[in-house]
Amino acid sequence: MSPETSKILKKKKKQVLENWFNGQLANESLKEELVSNRDARSQSEELLEAVLQKLDAVANNITPDEDPAEELLETISLTRARNGYSPRETGVYIFSLKEALLKTLSDEVRDVKTLYEESLGISKQLDNIAITTFETFIKGREEVILRQTDEITEISTPVIRVWDGILALPIIGTLDSSRTQVVMENLLSQIVETGSSIAILDISGVPAVDSLVAQHLIKTVSATRLMGAECIISGIRPEIAQTVVHLGIDLSGIVTKSSLASALSYAFATLRLEVKKNTKEPKN
Amino acid sequence: MIVTLTKDEMTVFKEQDVILFRNRVKEFAVKIKMGLVNQTKLITAASELVRNMLIYAKGGKVLIEVVSRGRDNGVRLTFKDQGPGIKDINLAMKDGFTTGKSLGLGLPGAKRLANEFAIQSELGKGTTITIIKWANG
Amino acid sequence: MEKIPILRMGSFLLVTIQVDLYDRLALNLESDLVQMVNKTSAKGVLIDISAVSIVDSFMGRIIGNIANMTRIMDAQTVVVGMQPAVAITLVELGLPLNGVRTALNVEKGMEYLHSMIPHEEEDETADDDSNTD
Repeated sequence: MSPETSKILKKKKKQVLENWFNGQLANESLKEELVSNRDARSQSEELLEAVLQKLDAVANNITPDEDPAEELLETISLTRARNGYSPRETGVYIFSLKEALLKTLSDEVRDVKTLYEESLGISKQLDNIAITTFETFIKGREEVILRQTDEITEISTPVIRVWDGILALPIIGTLDSSRTQVVMENLLSQIVETGSSIAILDISGVPAVDSLVAQHLIKTVSATRLMGAECIISGIRPEIAQTVVHLGIDLSGIVTKSSLASALSYAFATLRLEVKKNTKEPKN
Repeated sequence: MIVTLTKDEMTVFKEQDVILFRNRVKEFAVKIKMGLVNQTKLITAASELVRNMLIYAKGGKVLIEVVSRGRDNGVRLTFKDQGPGIKDINLAMKDGFTTGKSLGLGLPGAKRLANEFAIQSELGKGTTITIIKWANG
Repeated sequence: MEKIPILRMGSFLLVTIQVDLYDRLALNLESDLVQMVNKTSAKGVLIDISAVSIVDSFMGRIIGNIANMTRIMDAQTVVVGMQPAVAITLVELGLPLNGVRTALNVEKGMEYLHSMIPHEEEDETADDDSNTD
């Protein structure tokens, strides 16, 4: 891209902006953003200025230390991602700027060959910028997904204080390696916080257990014992019992109960607590 | 492809250096937002390896680096000594094997605690051990 | 030279580890503890590691040593306050810690010790004799 082109574009900045706004208004979703969001206009202006500066640097073969255009784009892209805009809409935003620049250029440059070459140059730069917006957009969505995954993990592993000194952790859904780690850490820190000596890990809501998960469960029990508490595993479904034996996993050092109720019974016995039926008649 | 982002080299020749070293490793781990459990595993593995280096090779150098592979960040530790070397690495990597008074858990334990483990040794020349613990490993 | 303080609580001794144990400090602790057990005829030792964030095999060996030494002198050792991250790491490390009893905290540790010691006089509880001599 030649320095002359850059000069022309800078001179005709207002025209470019005008063209760009018209282009945005012609597109339904961009129009809505432009009309409803007060900052949209000044944001576009700011972006145009940054892009023009970038084009200027490219034209004059300067490599600037910072890239205000890229930073600005990242912000715009991330905000749009978080607000639920589609990547297409964000891309169209950039491409409409490209169109505006090319249109302005075609109004100013008479020589067809020059117009073609310069248009290619501008196109290349703007396409690059568009790709950056896509990348940032995807990063923004991934952050949302990660955060939601964390929240789901937290919700799906509740810790219940069923009795003084007894905790129950009913696990629902598939247990994968990372979730089992989270459960383990959660369990242990809750034991410390509540000063409970017995924790019941109920896996009746877990459809399948592979050998890696079984190893993690065994480690959880070991870690609990190391800390001076006890961990019971309850709710082992018949299919899981079968899988465990076929895989050759040794659960002999672990207390396993078929139901949460029997685990609770065992826990009471361990703590030397008795549940007795009240033989006295209640006074009416 | 693993890229180094920051690095620091420390020499460990006496007991007090171990504590400084452990603190430095923790600094690096905290910087890349490594969770507490992974931090503990990393520093414990580092402690095992650095003590080995002190006991068997009378000390050595450790290179502490923050590395990144794609999206993941991690801490890489490279223990380099000019000690007697290890005669049989396979044997050394078995739990309970020790030529000293220790519990013999240092090498295999460190391997279990880290995500990646590599060891090179030449009798009479020295030993180099590298471990990596990823922040989300 | 640093020394780790040993508190007397009735017929038990309480050691709270709050600094990184290095060779000399650890050896001093072992000998100080054994001497104290002898001097006070203590029946139990509580090692509080709630402030310890890293337990490696060296530390594990020291704890094992203390448990063995005190057992020979007819005292039980209980390790209390292990942090979750430490427990998880120790399991992975494969540290056996055999013959070392653990409890969640000092209170539970004392409960355990009381239950292990056959004749415990009521007035030898922590309330009246919790100072070092």
